[in-house]
Amino acid sequence: MSREEILERVSEVLSEIFDNPGLVIGEETTAADVEGWDSLRHITVIEEIEDAFDIRFSMKEVNGMKNIGEMIDIIEASI
Amino acid sequence: MKFSQLEKNCGKPTDGFSDQCTLALLGNCATQHMAVAIKGYAYEEGIAMQVFDADYNQIDAQTMDDNSELYAFSPDFTLFYISSEKLYEDFCATPDQDRKNFAEAKIAQILGYWKLVRKHYRTHILQLSFIEADDRVFGNFGSKTQDSFIYQIRKLNLLLMEQSQICNDVFVIDLAYLRSAMGDREFRDEKLYYIAKMPISVHALPEVARQVVTVIKSIRGKIKKCVIVDLDNTLWGGVIGDDGLENIQIGELGLGHAFSEFQMWLRELRKRGIILAVCSKNEESTAKEPFLKHPEMILRLEDISMFVANWEDKASNIKMIQSTLNIGMDSIIFLDDNPFERNLVKGMIPDITVPDLPEDPSLYLRHLKSMNLFETASYSDADKARTRQYQEEIGREELQKQFTSFEAYLESLEMKAEVKPFDKFHFSRIAQLTQRSNQFNLRTIRYTEEEIRRIAEDDAHITMYFTLRDRFGDYGLISVVILDKLDDKKLFISEWLMSCRVLKRGMEEFIVDNIMRIAGEQGYMTVKSEYIRTPKNNMVSDIYKRMGFEETGDGLYEGHVERYIPHKTYIVRGPN
Repeated sequence: MSREEILERVSEVLSEIFDNPGLVIGEETTAADVEGWDSLRHITVIEEIEDAFDIRFSMKEVNGMKNIGEMIDIIEASI
Repeated sequence: MKFSQLEKNCGKPTDGFSDQCTLALLGNCATQHMAVAIKGYAYEEGIAMQVFDADYNQIDAQTMDDNSELYAFSPDFTLFYISSEKLYEDFCATPDQDRKNFAEAKIAQILGYWKLVRKHYRTHILQLSFIEADDRVFGNFGSKTQDSFIYQIRKLNLLLMEQSQICNDVFVIDLAYLRSAMGDREFRDEKLYYIAKMPISVHALPEVARQVVTVIKSIRGKIKKCVIVDLDNTLWGGVIGDDGLENIQIGELGLGHAFSEFQMWLRELRKRGIILAVCSKNEESTAKEPFLKHPEMILRLEDISMFVANWEDKASNIKMIQSTLNIGMDSIIFLDDNPFERNLVKGMIPDITVPDLPEDPSLYLRHLKSMNLFETASYSDADKARTRQYQEEIGREELQKQFTSFEAYLESLEMKAEVKPFDKFHFSRIAQLTQRSNQFNLRTIRYTEEEIRRIAEDDAHITMYFTLRDRFGDYGLISVVILDKLDDKKLFISEWLMSCRVLKRGMEEFIVDNIMRIAGEQGYMTVKSEYIRTPKNNMVSDIYKRMGFEETGDGLYEGHVERYIPHKTYIVRGPN
């Protein structure tokens, strides 16, 4: 899976979670840029991304990722 | 069901929902996601649920402060979640010499919460059991010492079960079972616990929510009452009509063990009060043969309340079974190995539950158990006798066919009824009827055993229960009436329900006659009554009118003792 394909899939998952079909995200996007992405919703995001790529983030990864780009780094390394 | 779906449900409108309830969630860990999952699952089940989620670790504060948000909310259901992870921290902080008493100390604390809540409002208490996560400090030796956490946590679960048997308003939701069924890796996500103080994984929360909502539904009377089973390749392996008695697989033959165990499970359900019926495409005599002659069959004809084997389509047969048993279609489960039959039945009868049995019969039980179809909020001796009662009913219908007039038939039944005030031997049965009855139920108010006891002992009410027996057998306690004393001249029928099994044989008339008789004897002039419509109780929408009461408003009626004319019935009052 290429980086672009991962980004596309992450984007689909997030649009679904936040019920926002027009959601546009890039590598620089952070939680603060997406309406509704608070600390509670972050748990849902983690779960859905884990399911979508069949991976498990570590505690450090969940705590450390700063933006979508870093999330994709971890996904890329795990799949 | 995924958590994200449940999360979305919480934002959807519930305007059209007839079912509503309130729930408070009190935990010693982060419970926001659990609250979302429960509310979202309630939405799936058509319940508009208002949830108060107390803040992190606020059980003490909410229960001990008379002015707390919890007490202002006073919900229908109060859910306590005390996580084993937090208990473990408490355990580790307990001085060595006190650890032997850890479980006892904790149950005392929990009983204290229940007591405080009860003091402030009437509620059903839902208590999650404790997952048996051991620290392995003692390894397997943990069983051999009371100083181990595993010993104390298991003991605590046992104490919790014992307390819930004593306290009628407490219902345990068995988280420990759920974790062992799902597996620890699925059930917990350690990183979420350390980061967000969530002891249960987001994957497992929908399942936890399902258990909570199923228990709530059962407390509110939504329970399964009957299982209709197919025969060939469902109850036994093979086709009786083709393979013959010797070759069907049951018992030791071939794959028979799987079917034997399945039958054993169905028989246990029957003993617990679930009605079993057979619906099979077969010649009746062929279909009955294994029940009568196969030495290894576990189910016998006396386990089956209705046996229907013919070549009609199954949907029609199921409708016939349903109308004979006189129970709601949504309380019936249909089990069939054949996807064609299942789809036909699902398509024709939307309210029925039709589990998609796995192709491999060895997985039938795993699948059905995971669905947790048989939740109940009560269990009494009446449950055990139910199958016999339905069989007696079918005998009565045979007799009815021989009579020229319905009156002659009723007379031949030699019916005898008892009228008695509530007594302690019947509190459980009475509460159960208030929870189960949907159709012949004028106001559909659900009571717990504890509430029934309180009403029975309260002089502000006149309570009556009715039993009925006839020449075919004993129906037991079949109707419940509560009269509220409005003043010294007026009564109000705040509760009247009757089992549909005794419908249309003069029992309704007999009951109202007795209400009026007792009202008259105690000097009352007027008996007021009310019908509250639900989706299920249309059958009694005009009953007070039919009984001779006057309509005084929308759903409101009044009977006058002096003008009331008793009905002609064929029921004799007296001790049975």
